[in-house]
Amino acid sequence: MKAAVNVDHLEFTYETEPVLRDVSFTVGRGDFFVIIGPNGSGKTTLMRLLAGTLKTRHGKVRIMGKPIEAFSRRALARRMALVPQMEALDFPFRVSEFVLMGRAPHLGILGLEQTADFEIARQAMAFTSVEHLAERRMGQLSGGERQRILVARAICQQPEIILLDEPTASLDLAHQIQVMDLMKSFQQEKDVTIVMVSHDVNLASIYGDQLLLLKTGRIVKQGKPGEVLTFQDLEYAYGCKLLVDKSPLGGFPRVTPVPRKYLNPEVDVD
Amino acid sequence: MTVHHRPVLKRMFMISSAMLVVLAAAAVAGVCVGPAGGGFKSVIGSLLGRAPVDAALQDIIWRIRAPRVLMAALVGAALSCGGLVFQALLRNPLAEPYILGISGGAAIGAISGILLGLARFPGVSLLSFLGSMLTLALLLLISSGRTVLHKNSLLLSGVMVNAFCSAVIMFLVSITQDARIHNIIFWLMGDLSLAGFHQVFILAVIMVPCLTVLFWLSNSMNLILLGKETARSLGVNLVAVTVILLVTTSLMVSATVSQCGLLGFVGLVMPHLLRLLLGPDHRVLVPACVLGGATYMILCDVLARTLPRQGEMPAGVVTALIGAPLFILLLKRSAK
Repeated sequence: MKAAVNVDHLEFTYETEPVLRDVSFTVGRGDFFVIIGPNGSGKTTLMRLLAGTLKTRHGKVRIMGKPIEAFSRRALARRMALVPQMEALDFPFRVSEFVLMGRAPHLGILGLEQTADFEIARQAMAFTSVEHLAERRMGQLSGGERQRILVARAICQQPEIILLDEPTASLDLAHQIQVMDLMKSFQQEKDVTIVMVSHDVNLASIYGDQLLLLKTGRIVKQGKPGEVLTFQDLEYAYGCKLLVDKSPLGGFPRVTPVPRKYLNPEVDVD
Repeated sequence: MTVHHRPVLKRMFMISSAMLVVLAAAAVAGVCVGPAGGGFKSVIGSLLGRAPVDAALQDIIWRIRAPRVLMAALVGAALSCGGLVFQALLRNPLAEPYILGISGGAAIGAISGILLGLARFPGVSLLSFLGSMLTLALLLLISSGRTVLHKNSLLLSGVMVNAFCSAVIMFLVSITQDARIHNIIFWLMGDLSLAGFHQVFILAVIMVPCLTVLFWLSNSMNLILLGKETARSLGVNLVAVTVILLVTTSLMVSATVSQCGLLGFVGLVMPHLLRLLLGPDHRVLVPACVLGGATYMILCDVLARTLPRQGEMPAGVVTALIGAPLFILLLKRSAK
């Protein structure tokens, strides 16, 4: 079986300091793959290279076995969708129009939707439970609603791969779980590959099938959550004291940052 | 109920037919009004070739008013679409060819052409196109760069480019010593009075393919509104689409400038009004701006012909009197 995404000896430099150094990994089809790492580890750059919005200079990115440069924008957009972290949403498109834009790479030369496209958009909105928002304007939504609508648009694109850039960054706990559950069920039902960049190691632990831990542009470790989320590797990557234990929920690793007052045994803790 | 049940083609068709009716009414008004009079009945009679109308009026209607109305319609359509495209591409609701100095650059080219004694077409038009492309390049160069600039830096750059263009224009005018000066100055303020069928034909030949291109790329404009990264991830070839749109609009704008001079703020009024009424979908907005812009310009020209007691004033005066206050209003609103 071919890999969904294959990254081979990828290097990237913006100005002088390399942001990614010799990064190689493979994302299997149907996997939930999470890229974690501290600020400045190169996660976002890696995401852009995977999305094809940055051009690779050294190394190779393959999507479904084919070099990413070999795709036209439209062809790539038919196979891979991006859920961006932030998007300018200050225009008065209706939610339904916005979700429907996911059909863009599938439309004909005049960019007009057919009946089937409306049905696909309706299903995407039903899947993400945003149907009741269909007539609302994009500017009038809460953070959680926005994120679900961005996901709905990506689903509407009917891709084989979805790239998620910090999808839970600005959401409260309930909405974080809601969006992640949505992605997980979409992955499992539609056998879609998901590549997510996240700050949240605990969400990565709960939802990820495979994890990739980066620090200053290098891979620290990759593998299943239990293999990657060890306190040695995490403390090395993040440069702080961490407590890693098993969650009583399902035995997956649980990471807790350790505040200073618990570090020094001489300090009284009450 | 929802958008699912109103496909865009149907909406486009309904809106366009309604606006076409309004445009036709404006065109009839444009043909009927003028210092030589005529009145509705006799003009219609003449147009239909029935009622016995005196030959002079017939001449005025066919030789002067009809091409003028058609010219106004084409110019209004071109400038409104120009504003619409710039607003989408630069994601700035205040962008407009005149404010950004694109029209000014086209005017420098056109005046150079006139002073060099070139024919209106293709000589003057070509120089005008070059002028608009150069100012556009200059503008993008000034307002881009590595630092993230404030939204309004583009407008400020445009104002400066425009000021510079005006200075160059005045320089060119002041070194000219013959009788062409009066013509140039009147033309600068946006003058439709010299329009003949020949010019209308030339402008139409340029405009039809340009508007087709705009319509073809109208869905890409929707996606570009969502931001560069999103547009790319939805399959838009951003560089190619941007270049095609900028060249196409510059071509349309420079063609109108070389034929009719500077008509300011036309690209502001109609796109804003229509976006307010119809929403932000460019597949609907492009045809609506063509028809709405044409209507607006015809009416502005009617005002320009009827407001002064004697003679007429340049149509650009009317468009600026309406457009400039609107610009200030929008600026105040966007600052909030």
